[in-house]
Amino acid sequence: MSSTMPQSSLSAPAAARWLRRQRHLNFGRRLFSIAGWSMSALTLLLLAIVIVWILTIVLMRGWAAMHPSLFTTITQGNGGGLLNAIEGTFVLGIGSLALAVPLGVAAGVYASEYRFTRWSSAIRFLSEVLVGVPSIVLGYFGYVTMVEGLGWEFSVAAGSIVLGIICLPYICRTTELALRQVSDELREAAYALGASERHAILHVCLPAALPGILTGVMLALAISVGETAPLLYTAGWSNYLWDGRLTHSPIGYLTYAIWTFINEPFAAANALAYAAAFLLLLVVLGINILSRFVLSPRP
Amino acid sequence: MKFRAWLAILAGFLPASLVAVVAFLTAYSWPAIRFNGVNFIWHDVWNLGNLYADPVHVGGMPIQPGAHYGILFLIVGTLLTTAIALVLALPVGVGAAIFLAEATSGKLRIWLSSFVELLAAIPSVVFGLWGYVVLIPLLGRHVYPAMAKVLAVIPFFSGPPGSGYGLLTAGIVLSIMIVPLIAATLRDALVAQPKSLREAAMGMGATRFEAIWNVVLPGTYRVLIGATFLALGRALGETMAVLMVSGNALNYLPHNIYTPVSTMAAFVVSQLDSALQDPTGMAVRSLAEIALILCIISVIINGTARAMLWFWARSPQPGGA
Repeated sequence: MSSTMPQSSLSAPAAARWLRRQRHLNFGRRLFSIAGWSMSALTLLLLAIVIVWILTIVLMRGWAAMHPSLFTTITQGNGGGLLNAIEGTFVLGIGSLALAVPLGVAAGVYASEYRFTRWSSAIRFLSEVLVGVPSIVLGYFGYVTMVEGLGWEFSVAAGSIVLGIICLPYICRTTELALRQVSDELREAAYALGASERHAILHVCLPAALPGILTGVMLALAISVGETAPLLYTAGWSNYLWDGRLTHSPIGYLTYAIWTFINEPFAAANALAYAAAFLLLLVVLGINILSRFVLSPRP
Repeated sequence: MKFRAWLAILAGFLPASLVAVVAFLTAYSWPAIRFNGVNFIWHDVWNLGNLYADPVHVGGMPIQPGAHYGILFLIVGTLLTTAIALVLALPVGVGAAIFLAEATSGKLRIWLSSFVELLAAIPSVVFGLWGYVVLIPLLGRHVYPAMAKVLAVIPFFSGPPGSGYGLLTAGIVLSIMIVPLIAATLRDALVAQPKSLREAAMGMGATRFEAIWNVVLPGTYRVLIGATFLALGRALGETMAVLMVSGNALNYLPHNIYTPVSTMAAFVVSQLDSALQDPTGMAVRSLAEIALILCIISVIINGTARAMLWFWARSPQPGGA
């Protein structure tokens, strides 16, 4: 506050009067408040503009590039369709979830149900650390160990394993949070009825936490579908449809199409990039909105 | 007990994958670590050497003649883009958090917050796309030339405004990507602050904004520090968006804020193809060393941030909650 209150003896009502007068008269303080509110509203407006800007660019140009043949033909040179990329994104997403869901849910269950053990604290801490490891680092790890080390070359297996590692901590964390919401009375009731630890967890706690866990799985899927950098090193890229082999066979995916074809000087290639971005954004935002408002509506 | 043991083993895959990442990257890049030594982070030259000559042996390791690996320009690029991103993102994140927590409530807050968090859901390659087709022409043709003229007195802002690819563009795109993290974390912390603080401040005659700015917000500084660390970690490791807007400079330090740069993460992507041309494999191993350094930095930053948040959650905050 800009002006100091007179220190000399003031009665309580007099002090209150002084404060009221200050509040109404002090131009500087009012200006500060108005400026503060305006700035904070402006920052939110700025963010909103950026969001709308990104969405309109991608959705409008992507919509303009939409064509039925995108879904029926594969990529050829600087044109063609996106069937191979759509298929690959789907395969890699499923592959990563197939690995990450059992392991991530197991980690989350352990972190929540045995939360006072050391192993549980270690898992929680390392999970938070793993979230922060850049995805390109995990991609390079996949390149070193699987693509080169095991000689798998660019492949679905290497890509799915790396994406699975990226998804693990997200699934672990949401599973743990969902299980913590399950009331202890439910656990006590299960044990009182003679349930084993295994039965109580698998048949009582997990079903109760299922919506929360599903939300986490969906968000993990959105993350793995949107990844680019780790896949460049592990899944490679292919113009053709997947031949079904897990190793020794590269695969396409939408994010690669965005990155590569936007840099080409051909309108047809750019249209392909916008179309890929359109589909990607539709899937990712769809998953996010679905999980936010349908699966777990906020209180 | 048997169930519990199985669960513990399955759960162990998560920590094991983190350990494996560090261990395998270290093992793979070990020859490069020995060959490059400390010069790796002090020198400014990334040179694969003469790829057409026969390899020579240095310290028992086959090296292409003239090969030298130094990544100072990458470290500087990474630090500067991250610093710019934080400088831009912090005020915006704090402002948005204040507005969401204090000016809205109920349904409106949920809708507006979800809207802001959409930004966190957008894949980084889409940010890169937007930066490439929208931001770079706009900034490179109109904004940077004007900035370079108006701000010519400030050392780092003068000089040739470049083409739009560069340090400031990368910083701007990164800042947009980390703002939702800061805003969401701080908003939750502001909402969780006790009502009595605000009431006491307003009872003392503070205006509503003064109560927030001088009393409620200082109570959340620990959360803000924690969120800033997490945002820092995210910005350091961001790859695709930076790759598409930074200009991918090689072997020189930025001389002003419009200069093309490259970051460690983006460099690992952009250089793999050429590194694979090195028959001795030292270039690929040196890239692994970059990835290892990036990994260790992010482990330290995230570990510190989490440890701080955990530790602070246990001890009551002075003056605050």
